[in-house]
Amino acid sequence: MADQLAQWWRPYRELIGSRVRSQTAYRRSFALDVLGSAAVGVVEFAEVYIIFSNVDALGGLDFAGVALIFALANLAFSLADLVVGHLDELPRYLRTGTLDAFLLRPLPVLAQLVTSDISLRRLGRTAVSMIILAIALPLNDIDWTAGRIVLVGVAPIAGAAIFAALFVCAGAVLFWLIEGAQFSHAFTYGGNYAATFPASIFAMPMRVFFTFVIPSAFVAYLPTLVLLDLPGPPGLPQWLGWCTPLAAVGIWAIALLSWRAGVRHYTGAGS
Amino acid sequence: MAAAAAAFTNTVFGLIRAYITVAAIGAAGGELAGYSAAQGVTYAFLAQALIGPVHIFGWNELAERVKTGDVAVDLARPVDPQLAFYAADLGRAAYSLIPRGAPPMLVGAAVFGLALPNTPLPYLFGAVSVVLAVSVSFACRWLANLSAFWLLDVRGVTILYVLTAGLLSGHLLPVHWFPGWLATLAHATPFPSMIQTPIDVITGRIQGTEAVTALGIQAFWLVAMLAIGRVTFARGARKLVVQGG
Amino acid sequence: MIISVQDLRREFVVRSPIGRLKRERRVVNAVDGLSFTIERGAAVGYIGANGAGKSTTIKMLTGILVPTAGTVRTCGLEPVADRKSLARRIGVVFGQRSQLWWDLPLAQSYRALAAIHRLRESEWTARRDELVDRLDLGSFLDTPVRQLSLGQRIRGELAAALLHSPELLILDEPTIGLDVLSKERLRVFLGEQRSSHGTTLLLTTHDMDDVQRLCERIIVVDKGRMAYDGTLPGLVERVGAQRVMTLDLHQPSEPLAGIPGTHVVDVEPDGLRQRLAFSPTETTAASVLAAVSTRTDVRDLAIDEPDIEDVVRRLYLSATPN
Repeated sequence: MADQLAQWWRPYRELIGSRVRSQTAYRRSFALDVLGSAAVGVVEFAEVYIIFSNVDALGGLDFAGVALIFALANLAFSLADLVVGHLDELPRYLRTGTLDAFLLRPLPVLAQLVTSDISLRRLGRTAVSMIILAIALPLNDIDWTAGRIVLVGVAPIAGAAIFAALFVCAGAVLFWLIEGAQFSHAFTYGGNYAATFPASIFAMPMRVFFTFVIPSAFVAYLPTLVLLDLPGPPGLPQWLGWCTPLAAVGIWAIALLSWRAGVRHYTGAGS
Repeated sequence: MAAAAAAFTNTVFGLIRAYITVAAIGAAGGELAGYSAAQGVTYAFLAQALIGPVHIFGWNELAERVKTGDVAVDLARPVDPQLAFYAADLGRAAYSLIPRGAPPMLVGAAVFGLALPNTPLPYLFGAVSVVLAVSVSFACRWLANLSAFWLLDVRGVTILYVLTAGLLSGHLLPVHWFPGWLATLAHATPFPSMIQTPIDVITGRIQGTEAVTALGIQAFWLVAMLAIGRVTFARGARKLVVQGG
Repeated sequence: MIISVQDLRREFVVRSPIGRLKRERRVVNAVDGLSFTIERGAAVGYIGANGAGKSTTIKMLTGILVPTAGTVRTCGLEPVADRKSLARRIGVVFGQRSQLWWDLPLAQSYRALAAIHRLRESEWTARRDELVDRLDLGSFLDTPVRQLSLGQRIRGELAAALLHSPELLILDEPTIGLDVLSKERLRVFLGEQRSSHGTTLLLTTHDMDDVQRLCERIIVVDKGRMAYDGTLPGLVERVGAQRVMTLDLHQPSEPLAGIPGTHVVDVEPDGLRQRLAFSPTETTAASVLAAVSTRTDVRDLAIDEPDIEDVVRRLYLSATPN
């Protein structure tokens, strides 16, 4: 079984391995990139810090609580960005005929596209998020049960899966709207932005949108409600915080369907 | 098409930021650093509307031209390079004002209602302020790009610029909300002149002599950054010519 | 049959702007009712002008594009539906686009491809060594693909396409841009692969020497339709192109006019060399030579086959206008 898994993984490992090697080849540039990505994380956190230098609570949570949400959301997003952030370059792959080359290989197109690049520099942001997480968790005085310990490990991973699915949806759109990359940024980067703040600050329509259409709230806010044992706002009961993996499965189903539709459109099957 | 997409993204971010602002002001008891909920929302959408024209970051054209050597063409032309690029940038800003500015404002007005003055004077001053803001932004971007004359890889400078400009210009949150030390730091840079000042003027938050002073500060930064830019460019061009590019 | 195409059709919708707001919508039939079959082990040349539908056909054969109508079967599989299975059994080389990884050395590309095709270590290294030897890749195996010359890159692509020992090799303009020597080496290699491994070859090209040297059968496509399907000599005959016999004489002679079935193309000033054109359907080289020999002594002769570009052009012109 493990051997079969290793065999299945072999081609992808080869492809990603070469990307990793070529990115880390230029040490100084790579270090700068990582630093830059970390700096972005710091500046975004500065926004939270500035708000809390003026008020004590936001959306019913204090600084420690919002910091926790911020950390979880950015950790999830940076991991997803690391693996599939380059999907918005699909138009370039179409233009250079690389997608045709993918179609001529006995592997799924999406898998080849995902493993054709990896943005190692995002690790800077990942590092910043983990540091903030490490500080925020004890600050929040959480009543640690077994369930909560599992949750804090699962939430970022499921959250990363959610963001990855959003990237795939955004990529799929590019099969139709070649110049639509900016358009889908609204949903990927916007989805991340919405995830870094408590969903309770939104009016009902937006709250529903950023929970059940784009599952931003599932990434960090809802799990945080569980961790801090707080009641949710109208429309979002606390127990939804356990459902992040479910949300990930749901959005991935949509992502794979849209991707398939996109490839079919490209091969002329859908038109 | 690309402009429409960018405007869409700005609008979405504007909406999210508006809610954040409202929540923060609500938590502060209805008023924060002189901003009511309505004023906070207006700030958020105006900031998003200005992002396109002011073009806070993301301009690498000069750096690219230095890297590829195309800058030699610019040096050979009878037109002053800095002024030529400046004129082009003003044109770009003018062209993008409605496509990038209108959607966030319209959506903001529809969803929240905006707190905008109903006298003409703030808008007149505001127009001048926006032109100055675009200019200051250009002058600073120009200067940042000049690092290409000395650095093989301008990545570090670009990142630093994105961060400081993004934060200190007031594009995320009003500079007036910053804790004391950060506000002082911001005001020691030209960045607030790019977003904070034009919004203050347009919304009528500062009027009369205060507004004129603010415009004066913008003008000061414009002249200063342009001047530093000219000197640095001359230095860089000389280095290029001496070393053969 | 390794390739079977029946009534194949592919439409494209072309939108061209008229004025600033309106757009005209036109349907173009890139491939318009094509039917043919190719047997295993064959070598077929697929010829046509630019825009005649060659690339579109290739895309439909390989699973990149879906037909609008008609059926296509490659290696017995439906190309788009069974794309991944098909990919294991065919190799494709595009002369003008690379399928290799731009910044990787060839050696690494081959390792990646071996992993992608899930080839066993022993079998693919042996195959790779054979290809490296036959295509003379040894000197640049460790050079990144982007630094290779065109000729080197094409050889590398060929090896990449053959690494998994496909039954069918499809080449889209493989010799374009290559010098004469490189083209010849490539043709020799392809001929070898065919005879030693039984690989079927389908080749689109503008170079008629490719066709002449490699292919037993030639399919000419024009405006998405079949214009000719048969052998190259048959095509020459059908179009009535002429062979030219160049005669070197012992003594200067008057122009050799009046020989049945021929006409004089030119006579060199010294009268020692003359060129006679004749149609292979009307007379034979032997008859012409015999007739000439009764008039004068021939020291040497050469026969030029018709210019194939000319042949194909004549075919287009003679095809039923639509």
